[in-house]
Amino acid sequence: MSRQQLYSRGVRDSTAMAVGIIPFGLIFGTLAGAAHLSLWQAVGMSLFVYAGSAQFIVISLFGAGASTLVILLTTFIVNLRHVLYSATLQPHVSQLPQRWRVLLAFWLTDETFAVVQRFYLFHGDKPLAHWYWLGVTTSLYLCWVSSSLVGVLFGQAVPDLASWGLEFAMLATFIGIVVPLLRNFPQIAAALVAGAVALATHALPYKLGLMAAAFSGIAIGVVLERQLDKSPREVHS
Amino acid sequence: MSYWWLILGMAAITFTLRYSLFAFPHLRFAPVVRQGLHYVPTAVLSAIVVPGMLLPDGEHWALSLDNAYLMAGLVTIAIAAVTRHLLATIGGGLLVFFLLRWMLGQLPL
Repeated sequence: MSRQQLYSRGVRDSTAMAVGIIPFGLIFGTLAGAAHLSLWQAVGMSLFVYAGSAQFIVISLFGAGASTLVILLTTFIVNLRHVLYSATLQPHVSQLPQRWRVLLAFWLTDETFAVVQRFYLFHGDKPLAHWYWLGVTTSLYLCWVSSSLVGVLFGQAVPDLASWGLEFAMLATFIGIVVPLLRNFPQIAAALVAGAVALATHALPYKLGLMAAAFSGIAIGVVLERQLDKSPREVHS
Repeated sequence: MSYWWLILGMAAITFTLRYSLFAFPHLRFAPVVRQGLHYVPTAVLSAIVVPGMLLPDGEHWALSLDNAYLMAGLVTIAIAAVTRHLLATIGGGLLVFFLLRWMLGQLPL
């Protein structure tokens, strides 16, 4: 296939994801406006950071008056999973020139990872596969940035939007992402421990409890996974 | 404005994480770190969802039947467990949430 064919196939394969991203962009835009970010700051965050869940969490941290350090640390922790994506896709980009690797890394979101990883799984390492990847990323990026913009404008048009409880959409989204991940005991334990520690530490200043909770959950998950690996029968029975 | 510095800081951190292994094709993590990365989404998102349902304002416990965040959250978890479909979960959850808030008279209508 030619570059153009691969590119348009990437756009086509990501259409469902792109449509699915629009409501999040709209919600992000309205919440960013409610958190007193200007139109350009809200759109700028989508344009430069381009990380949906981190953007949502940071907006809620703004509302809670968190410090800069906590916001940056939270961004780091929330986006740590991208290192895993980077590690997974790295063999497919190691032959590409640096400008391609920089560009594709900037656009490496959960959704992009899902679509592109699936393509490599089915088609292997095609020589021009990065054009497919480019098709996926540009369509998702355009959708995210433009729906963020529309969301801010919408929020400005509907002034008491903040009291509607739209932030529940975030909870629903996170629930929709987490619940299907809870397929084994260590994952379930990680979720329960993280939730419990978050409740126990909610009074800590600057949302530091979020980090305590995240690290506790991760630690429990790893410890249990290692124990299960050592003696699978004992633990299951 | 300090918000712009924050946005640039977030952008730098996010890009660094995404570019990390693209920059060093030969770098590999220790197995324990790789294992830990598998639990990052679960742990972080649960740490946000659970207090979001039980302490909706971030400070006060709301263990009551008129807490729409808790009630609709539980329904949303059930929808997610049954359908395992992201958009169905979000759509169904939001529908239940706003219906509940409407019935409880918590919407600014």
